[in-house]
Amino acid sequence: MSVTAIFINLFALICFLYGVYRDKEKAVESLKKAVFSLFKILPTVLIIIVIIGLMLGFVPPSEISRFVGEQSGIFGVLLVGIVGSILHIPALVSFPLAASMLDSGATVTAVAAFITTLTMIGMVTLPLEIKKLGKKFALLRNGLSFIIAIIIALIMGVLL
Amino acid sequence: MKEEKKKEQKKKMLRDWLILAGMMGVAVVLIYLYPSKQEPVISAAFDYLSEMIFILPAVMVLMGLFSVYIPKDAVSKYLGKASGIKGFFLAILFGTLPTGPLYVAFPMASTMIKKGARITNIVVFLSAWACIKIPQEMVELQFLGPEFMLARLFLTIIFVGLMGLVIEWMIDKTGGEND
Repeated sequence: MSVTAIFINLFALICFLYGVYRDKEKAVESLKKAVFSLFKILPTVLIIIVIIGLMLGFVPPSEISRFVGEQSGIFGVLLVGIVGSILHIPALVSFPLAASMLDSGATVTAVAAFITTLTMIGMVTLPLEIKKLGKKFALLRNGLSFIIAIIIALIMGVLL
Repeated sequence: MKEEKKKEQKKKMLRDWLILAGMMGVAVVLIYLYPSKQEPVISAAFDYLSEMIFILPAVMVLMGLFSVYIPKDAVSKYLGKASGIKGFFLAILFGTLPTGPLYVAFPMASTMIKKGARITNIVVFLSAWACIKIPQEMVELQFLGPEFMLARLFLTIIFVGLMGLVIEWMIDKTGGEND
């Protein structure tokens, strides 16, 4: 187990113990919820793991980096951003997917663009957002989110 | 209503398992056709699976705790009233705590705007909800490392604040609309 994994488990344990100290019944209820959501997300996690295995095993890194690596430039970043905006997958499983892209030659910029657009922009949920918050608000938020996602990604590429 | 929701969830779960079975089928066929790829595929999948297994239960416990201990109406109540730089940080904080997909936050945001909350804060709240939730950050930390996670976190907070101000300015300038 890595240091990070130990840290995450300790953090969850401390939060849980604090929860028990505050209110035992609520703590039990949150554990039940945790087990339920674990089973709910399990198939999605396994699907992504299979996809990652196939991708790393079959697609040569040179192919992947042609689209999202050094030589693809800003075009690759925009492409990944658009894909991230359209795809609708849970944020939790987007991180292992992103890590596998990094492993196979994608740039930090491309990976940051992918995660940021994936989480902040929702083409699938856009109709609901328009209905609840108005056309102007929803379109501005999604449009500007795309622009700042690309800016954040470019800065990250310079920093890391 | 609740029964219907349960049925819907069961259907979705069944669908996910079926997709998984399909993917496994595809993987088995591919490995059968290209036996030389068996080792790299299995070892890559196993690496990622073991990284996930060590943190997934902890992440779920965190999400469960947040969803039980943080009442959604309290979030609306405090954020609706907050203003200035305090409002900005409250919007970030409240966005990072609750769990659930982004579309759960839309009706909350709508209610807060109607009650007079600042557009900037609502934009910041929605963005924080979407991409800087604490359990999510833990998974990012595990898979992409502390530098990546912290850099993205700080840049997101800065740019989301700017975006909130720009959206507020644009909506104020052209007059609000309610369609």
